[in-house]
Amino acid sequence: MGTISEKILSAHAGKEVHAGDICVVPVDFMMSQDGTTGLTIKAFKQMEAQRIANPKKYAIVIDHNSPSPMESVSNIHKEMREFADSQGSLIYDVGEGVCHQLLPEHGHVLPGNVVIGGDSHTCTYGALNVFATGVGSTDLAAALVTGKIWFRVPSTIKFVYDGTLPSGTYSKDVILHMCRTLTASGATYKALEIYGTVIDAMSVDARMTISNMVVEVGAKVGLMACDGRVRDYVRQRTNAPFKGVEASGSAIYDRVIREDLTDLAPQIAKPHQVDNVVDVDEVAGIELDQVFIGTCTNGRLEDLKVASEILAGKSIARNLRLIVAPASRNVLLDAMKEGYIDKLVRAGATVIAPSCGPCVGTCNGVPSNDETVLSTANRNFKGRMGNTRAEIYLSSPATAAYSAMLGHIADVREVQK
Amino acid sequence: MSAMKGKAHTFGDNLNTDYVISGKYKFKTLDMNELAKHVMEDIRPGFYDEIKKGDFVVAGENLGAGSSREQAPLVLKAAGIGAVVARSFARIFYRNCINVGLPVVEVDTSGIEEGDELQVDIAAGVVKNITKGVTLEARPLPPVMMKILSDGGLAEHLKKHGGFALEEE
Repeated sequence: MGTISEKILSAHAGKEVHAGDICVVPVDFMMSQDGTTGLTIKAFKQMEAQRIANPKKYAIVIDHNSPSPMESVSNIHKEMREFADSQGSLIYDVGEGVCHQLLPEHGHVLPGNVVIGGDSHTCTYGALNVFATGVGSTDLAAALVTGKIWFRVPSTIKFVYDGTLPSGTYSKDVILHMCRTLTASGATYKALEIYGTVIDAMSVDARMTISNMVVEVGAKVGLMACDGRVRDYVRQRTNAPFKGVEASGSAIYDRVIREDLTDLAPQIAKPHQVDNVVDVDEVAGIELDQVFIGTCTNGRLEDLKVASEILAGKSIARNLRLIVAPASRNVLLDAMKEGYIDKLVRAGATVIAPSCGPCVGTCNGVPSNDETVLSTANRNFKGRMGNTRAEIYLSSPATAAYSAMLGHIADVREVQK
Repeated sequence: MSAMKGKAHTFGDNLNTDYVISGKYKFKTLDMNELAKHVMEDIRPGFYDEIKKGDFVVAGENLGAGSSREQAPLVLKAAGIGAVVARSFARIFYRNCINVGLPVVEVDTSGIEEGDELQVDIAAGVVKNITKGVTLEARPLPPVMMKILSDGGLAEHLKKHGGFALEEE
């Protein structure tokens, strides 16, 4: 009985738990990346541990600063490889892609699972009906040693998005809209359940964009139903058995927010807060120096597809850089096969290795002073892309591609009617 | 845990962990003393030099939003910060602070100004603003958190108990 979170955590704890209870639960899969693995190894050693409890349930991913731009980073990467080898855990090395694309893509996370990652956007897998959340390196190390983690069972806010998304708007616009209405701390410590005809109509890839960003409203996880599309997605990637988890009819929610999104406009987050969101017409015309399409939020195949369709046979604006980072090697291969990469490169895009790219300001496109960037990433904090004097706006890939063509923030509905 | 005394360094709402330690530095090294020199650099250049050992970071709502980077509390500790005091915290940062043994205090910080002399008593849940002559009652730390913190962080907790010892039987 209860919400999806209560039911998944109860099943794992071996007893019925409810919002507010403390429980210690086994973890089904774990992950850390190059910004968090170093400290995880440090904490692991501090715990005087020798072996990871379940090495096949742990993946190390080199994606945040990849390929390495400098010696010190290369040495951290080397330590990661050595740790993976010595423990027999999985490793996804340079060029494999972004952690939050790789885990679902390789069938590591299943509906009804409990998954943790040393990365705040681990909540992405909520779209697959997974209780997935970001943790720090010490929590992760503790889970590597014991196979378990403790949680306070979260209470839940339920969203129902009715209607049909209008042309020119995408799942990114839905989640930016949620950030706008809920604010950056609107769901702190809470779980979200996200339903409605708008979600039902979306691909699993599109849904992941929404669950990816629930941490931007403070949420622990953004859960969606295990419907036919999720079951197909998972079955195409693994033979492991799984069973989706539904909330009970009697589940108790903190709040239920029901909204019709039929009139939603393309949404833009302005500097320097993800919840500083406006309709596109309020910022249309702002000149751009760089556009970035990629990341765990929006670097998937359908994101590259829509961008390539908008830019097919066209050119990006003069004096503008368009950087594209496919979310994984498989996304890159599929995008090449489908001709999306060809269209993007011919339009002037710079395609970089499947990785986090310039999202975290490490390499591959740090903006210069006083430049303006439009990005499909999930954060626009001051200095996020490596320069505190740059302004970062966030949008969907369609808005980003159309804006790259015109050289300023633009309303993609002008070409998508 | 005895009471700590220090000066307040005040920040606003939604102070995220990118601001505590920027991505452009944190991926480069695991040396926290080196990273500490860049603490809050993107929003308050020179902050490292302002800190005296035992001072407090005082913020509004949602302190520690965003990235899960444990470098954030570690860097604050390495820079000499004795505790973080805020009206509310983001969840991953809150856990990370406790796990690495950096005390967190949830209290109404609206009356605290830059440079105020504070006395923070975690065990009693009290923040005394010596400059203003006001005593503030903090929201008690959840028992689980208190246990981990008093064991000296999560690594020490696990070593001491041979696993998690947090569930009430």
